[in-house]
Amino acid sequence: MSELRRPFAFFAWPLLVAVLAIVAMGLVNLYSATQVAPKGLFGTQLGFYSVGVILVVVAAAVDLRVLQRLAMPSYLLVLAMLVVVLVAGKVVNGSRRWLGISSFGVQPSELMKLTLILAYARLFSSDPPDLQARPWRYAVSWHLILLLPALLILKQPDLGTALLCVMVAASMLLLVPLPGRVKAAVAAVDLSAATAIFLFGLKTYQKKRFLTFLDPNSDPTGAGWHARQAIFAIGSGRLLGKGYLRGTQNQLQFLPEHWTDFPFAVWAEEWGLVGCLAMLLCFLLLILWSIYLANEARDRFARYLAIGCTSLLFWHTAINIGMVIGMAPVVGVTLPLVSYGGSSLLTVMLTLGLLMNVSTRRYSY
Amino acid sequence: MLGRFTKYPSGKNSSGKLRFDLRVGLGSALGRAGSGALLPLSPMAGGAMPPSAGAPAPQQRLDGSLRAAVVVVVVIFLLLAGRLVQLQGLRGAEYYQKSTNNFIHERDWPAVRGQIRDRNGVVLVENRPAYSVYVTPRFLVDGEVQRLAKYLELTDEQLAALTTKLGARRGLERFKQVLVSEEITRDQMALLESEKESLPGVDVETRARRYYPQGTQLAHLLGYMNQASPEDLRRGYKSGEYVGRSGLEHLLEPQLRGAPGFEKFFVDARGRRKTESEIGKMAQLAGAELQREPIPGLHAVLTVDLGLQRLVEEALQKHPSAAAAVVEVETGKILALASYPSPDPNLLTGRLTRVEAQRLESDPLHPLLDKALRESYYPGSTFKVVPALAALEERLINPDEKVPCYGRYELGRHVFHCMKSHGPMNLHDAIVQSCNVYFYRLAEKVGLERMARMAQQFGFGQPSGVGLGETAGFVPNLDYYKKHGGFHGGDALNTALGQGAVRVTVLQLALAYAALGNGGRMYQPLLVERIEKPGGEIVHENQPALRSVLSVSPDSLERMRQALVDVVSDIKGTANTASIEGIDVAGKSGTAQVRKNRKGESAGWDLGNSHAWFVGFAPSRRAKIAVAVLVEHGGLGGHVAAPTATKIIQGYFNQIAPEQRPRPLLAAEPPRLRTTLPTAGGSR
Repeated sequence: MSELRRPFAFFAWPLLVAVLAIVAMGLVNLYSATQVAPKGLFGTQLGFYSVGVILVVVAAAVDLRVLQRLAMPSYLLVLAMLVVVLVAGKVVNGSRRWLGISSFGVQPSELMKLTLILAYARLFSSDPPDLQARPWRYAVSWHLILLLPALLILKQPDLGTALLCVMVAASMLLLVPLPGRVKAAVAAVDLSAATAIFLFGLKTYQKKRFLTFLDPNSDPTGAGWHARQAIFAIGSGRLLGKGYLRGTQNQLQFLPEHWTDFPFAVWAEEWGLVGCLAMLLCFLLLILWSIYLANEARDRFARYLAIGCTSLLFWHTAINIGMVIGMAPVVGVTLPLVSYGGSSLLTVMLTLGLLMNVSTRRYSY
Repeated sequence: MLGRFTKYPSGKNSSGKLRFDLRVGLGSALGRAGSGALLPLSPMAGGAMPPSAGAPAPQQRLDGSLRAAVVVVVVIFLLLAGRLVQLQGLRGAEYYQKSTNNFIHERDWPAVRGQIRDRNGVVLVENRPAYSVYVTPRFLVDGEVQRLAKYLELTDEQLAALTTKLGARRGLERFKQVLVSEEITRDQMALLESEKESLPGVDVETRARRYYPQGTQLAHLLGYMNQASPEDLRRGYKSGEYVGRSGLEHLLEPQLRGAPGFEKFFVDARGRRKTESEIGKMAQLAGAELQREPIPGLHAVLTVDLGLQRLVEEALQKHPSAAAAVVEVETGKILALASYPSPDPNLLTGRLTRVEAQRLESDPLHPLLDKALRESYYPGSTFKVVPALAALEERLINPDEKVPCYGRYELGRHVFHCMKSHGPMNLHDAIVQSCNVYFYRLAEKVGLERMARMAQQFGFGQPSGVGLGETAGFVPNLDYYKKHGGFHGGDALNTALGQGAVRVTVLQLALAYAALGNGGRMYQPLLVERIEKPGGEIVHENQPALRSVLSVSPDSLERMRQALVDVVSDIKGTANTASIEGIDVAGKSGTAQVRKNRKGESAGWDLGNSHAWFVGFAPSRRAKIAVAVLVEHGGLGGHVAAPTATKIIQGYFNQIAPEQRPRPLLAAEPPRLRTTLPTAGGSR
């Protein structure tokens, strides 16, 4: 096999098929969801895709060793951006998330998801005997790497992204060969700390969202209204959906934020249970194949990079769909490749590029 | 601490296929169910394999921690899928309905209620546009309620009630309109229109409201309406719809109401209306019938003549409290039916304040009571024709035999009085001068049972059939007295004089005298001439219907007629003072003694005073109309009620129906007129 053909020989074709299927469904759905949105959103998203394709290629082509070397510096850079954004960021919808560079804006919190994964992959790619010998040092490092950005992101406030960082970090911690007792201790300490933070640390509106998640009828006009309307939309799709562009909940604006946070409700209303299961299957294929890629990775850094990327995609998907169908709190987490939004899309594209990178090089040295 | 770059040191297994490994990995973790759940994935994975299948790619099993990750992922996806099955599969129909209710709103489209007109086509009841104010709580800006209340001149009490009502709305209810004011003035409407932009959520809507252009005229007959009760809502009325509550509005409710329609329309989440074209194919979710036009109600044309009715009511207004009925003798059609005082149906129909309602309720003159139909009275001496005819038919008396009257009559230990000592009286004289002693003797011969049977022939003691909540009145017989303390001879005497237990309505009396005037034919009273469609097409026309014919000989009727003529025309007749030149009337006065049973006194109104009656027909031959007049606590019938009745008759023949006025020469009846000449001043 020639060197030229090598990248294609090991290319993750099933991954690409799943991604392309989701992209197709996402664009078809976004077109419908943006019928009543401010003009031009669909075109803008296509523009983001053209940038995204370049990012995929770059992320897939870059030498992982370069990436490993840049992991900690990029993490620290984005951490610095998170500090800057708190001081000089643009306020959108009550939270300070955007760092403006002329008219082009970026959300450092989105980038942080990726650099967090890089940092962890770098951390845990140390010699395995070292992980066994000094597990507590790794546990403390894990906390430091997570807590600094997570607290900065919470401060914005952006509960959804902070939650994602925690879930990704936790997933990675559980999948590295640290001793079981260390993992258990970390879980016990952190869960009790999280409970304390929920009780004393959350903003009222965030607590309220949690509470209406637990009982959507407790506030039928305010927070519960959106959750209920999303459920109406999904349920009303029944088996085969109301038909493309005919979702009344979507087209008549009974759905909140339906092109960013609730596109799955739009999809569910117009395509029904059949459409929903098809989309779920595509995401499942994407994630399972990514796990497989992690298993096949050629070295520890690539393995943990793949695990991080996979968990990011998985938690994005699970939390978004979960919140739309009333199984998770409404925290503002996007659905990969389906939600509108440049930062979110580019992050996902980079993630996919990294997975493909791992895939193409899984057997090379 | 962050480590150096190191190679992943694991060894590689060169045998086995990925497809197999994934299934083994999952199978071991999930058991059979788990491996089954993943089966659909396998062909896809297998299909995608060929590019790498030929490569010397070493494959390996999933290691333990990743296997656990697969399990977690699959379980969570199964949970999501399960929830979707629950929402879309099991409860889909319910949510489908809810999403439909979100954007399809149904608005009632009320039918235009039919008019009521008099026999000449004059409109008695119609509909006028009224402007109602609604607010939609969801779109109302805080603090604007006060401004709205100021514009509408709401009282503090009304404002507080409105605020409470608005505050009570929750969730989707906040998108529904709340009625603030049912009727505002044109000025208020103009003000709201000009402030429209600054008062979001406030809407002015035009609705048809019932209007009674004649005010208090005919009020009891026409009745009134008010808003549908919970029970009406169960019968299919819409909330806020008006329902006929009394009078013809109630009686003719099925004909007048029509059939309401509906209109479905589309709104978005902000309550903005969407046209069918804007919403495209989603409109199909609303079902085939997007609107149904209402069927307007039918018009009712009455037998009543408004001109005569006015004349009657003007005549009654000279008394504190009175009632009258005018019927067409040859058909039984009701030409006028009045009870004074009467309320304004415009007020009763939804505009009545609590204070006004209490005032009407507590008024000693009982304006809300229809005294012509819904209350019965002692007929007094107007009843004397009944025992007289019973005696003549049974040949129990010689009508020409003279019986002396000394002013009193003894029966056992009881003494019955007459107004004065009349001297010798035959039947004719006794009726003309209303001698009680003659009728005491007559009653003893006739007895209660025969009188009761004759009274029943005249329709007393039973509903006339006109409807409208009329009372039946009462005619006592022996059974009645046996059940109520035993029969005494005096009871028959009292009955003959229209006292005791006899009770009649004004309309019954008019109908009975109409039969005396037309040769003994009792007609079904008619109030509704016909029912028409709005275009004029006749749906139903009521024909005069004969109820029964009196089994009384023409001779007896002629005797009665002659006596009744002299009641008015003879100088000694009790109603002679009421005679009007050129007006030929046959009738009978009555002075019904009352027990002082109503509470409260009114200025110039002695509740101990007798009810004054006059009932008769005119002209005395080939009678056209019969008239009954009751003046509550008016005193002597001949002096109080008779002039009112003759004035009504005069008005009828002079103004309402001059063509029916008999030509004097043909109507002349020399033997009878002779006695009236002196009082008439010799002008005839």
